[in-house]
Amino acid sequence: MKYASEFRQGRLASGLIEKIKRSSRTPVNFMEFCGSHTVSIFRYGIRQVLPETVTTLSGPGCPICVTANADLDRAIALAQIPNVIVASFGDVLRVPGSFTSLQAVRAEGADVRVIYSAMDAIKIAEDNPNKQVILLGIGFETTTPTIAASIVQAKQENLDNFSVLSWHKLTPPAMKALLDAGDVALDGLICPGHVSIITGSQAWEFIARDYGIPCVVAGFEPLDILQCIDMLVTQAENGEAKVEIAYTRGVQHEGNTVAQRLMSQVFEPCPAQWRGMGTIPDSGLKLREEFSSFDAERVFDIDPGPTREPKGCICGEVLRGVKTPIDCPLFGRTCTPESPVGACMVSSEGSCFTYHLYGGKNA
Amino acid sequence: MCVAIPALIRSIDNDVAQVEIGGITQQANLQLCPQAKIGDYVIVHTGYAINILDQEEAKETLELFESIARVAAEEEN
Repeated sequence: MKYASEFRQGRLASGLIEKIKRSSRTPVNFMEFCGSHTVSIFRYGIRQVLPETVTTLSGPGCPICVTANADLDRAIALAQIPNVIVASFGDVLRVPGSFTSLQAVRAEGADVRVIYSAMDAIKIAEDNPNKQVILLGIGFETTTPTIAASIVQAKQENLDNFSVLSWHKLTPPAMKALLDAGDVALDGLICPGHVSIITGSQAWEFIARDYGIPCVVAGFEPLDILQCIDMLVTQAENGEAKVEIAYTRGVQHEGNTVAQRLMSQVFEPCPAQWRGMGTIPDSGLKLREEFSSFDAERVFDIDPGPTREPKGCICGEVLRGVKTPIDCPLFGRTCTPESPVGACMVSSEGSCFTYHLYGGKNA
Repeated sequence: MCVAIPALIRSIDNDVAQVEIGGITQQANLQLCPQAKIGDYVIVHTGYAINILDQEEAKETLELFESIARVAAEEEN
């Protein structure tokens, strides 16, 4: 068992596709919350093999895409302070803020370093005792515990030149806000697999219970996604709404309790601004008081000034599932992966990037 | 961003494991998954193992897919 090729077998996919075709009668609209699911759906051509009754729709589950310009501007301002090193996951560098990007200020001399892991940022801080290292804490529940672990480590080591700018966001409140806004009608939710490793499938129960929407947690291999769609179709056809797991090798009901404890030891909920969705209560995470010396918001007093949104960009509507990338007048014209206007064209799991990579206008 | 991949644990030294991902050896921090042992497949996200993959569950899922494929093939004939 390698947990990869086994879940990509065409013969087994055909069986699942056949089953979906036989059981699906009523037209249904399923949203994949997670950008990595959007990538898998396109990479494996899943939309093309589904019956006409089943539509999949991309959701807001791309942390880089939903980061607001105000936050990006703050990071860009921090990077321009002398003797500061900004440590960031790669895709963030190219995202345009209101006026410039981290990549552009790096080209002008700012010290912005790409990291693979939060541990790398700790190492940079240890190696550069005369500089302040700011880790851009971005990501959903999957990533947040790793950043929490680095903060606890920094405290244990009394590292006084390390801090985190927390853009961390919680996914269930965003899903709630999206459903409460009521501008997209869903018949099923493909729940994020790696977020759910941490939160457990329990995190989605309120959606099945309060909104009557079937929820199935999926993995990222093609058979995982087909199994999830089959389970959603079955629930929808039977008029059921419950939470199921189509990724039982990785996800449990209660989630990773070690990671949950670490996350709540370091962070507490706060309001957060999401691109396209405004400010959502209790959807962000800030450092708790006892870790305040590692909170870049408190260590550095910065005001990057008013923000600006790119003209004509519909990233916000794309993130809410109200429009698709091909509805955007900029898509593939002035906005391309080489020269992105909006965040969804930058991130390797942004909807616009994925549409552009796998099909352009024909996607 | 939430990309995470299966990796096989080859050795463990305190909190850090040497893991194999597609023939390449990398380090994975085990702080979030302290119960992992040598020989387990863990799922690794940004250098941290976040869960152990459950081999029994994986086998059961694949058996379910086999039976669905059999039914589909039978109905075809």
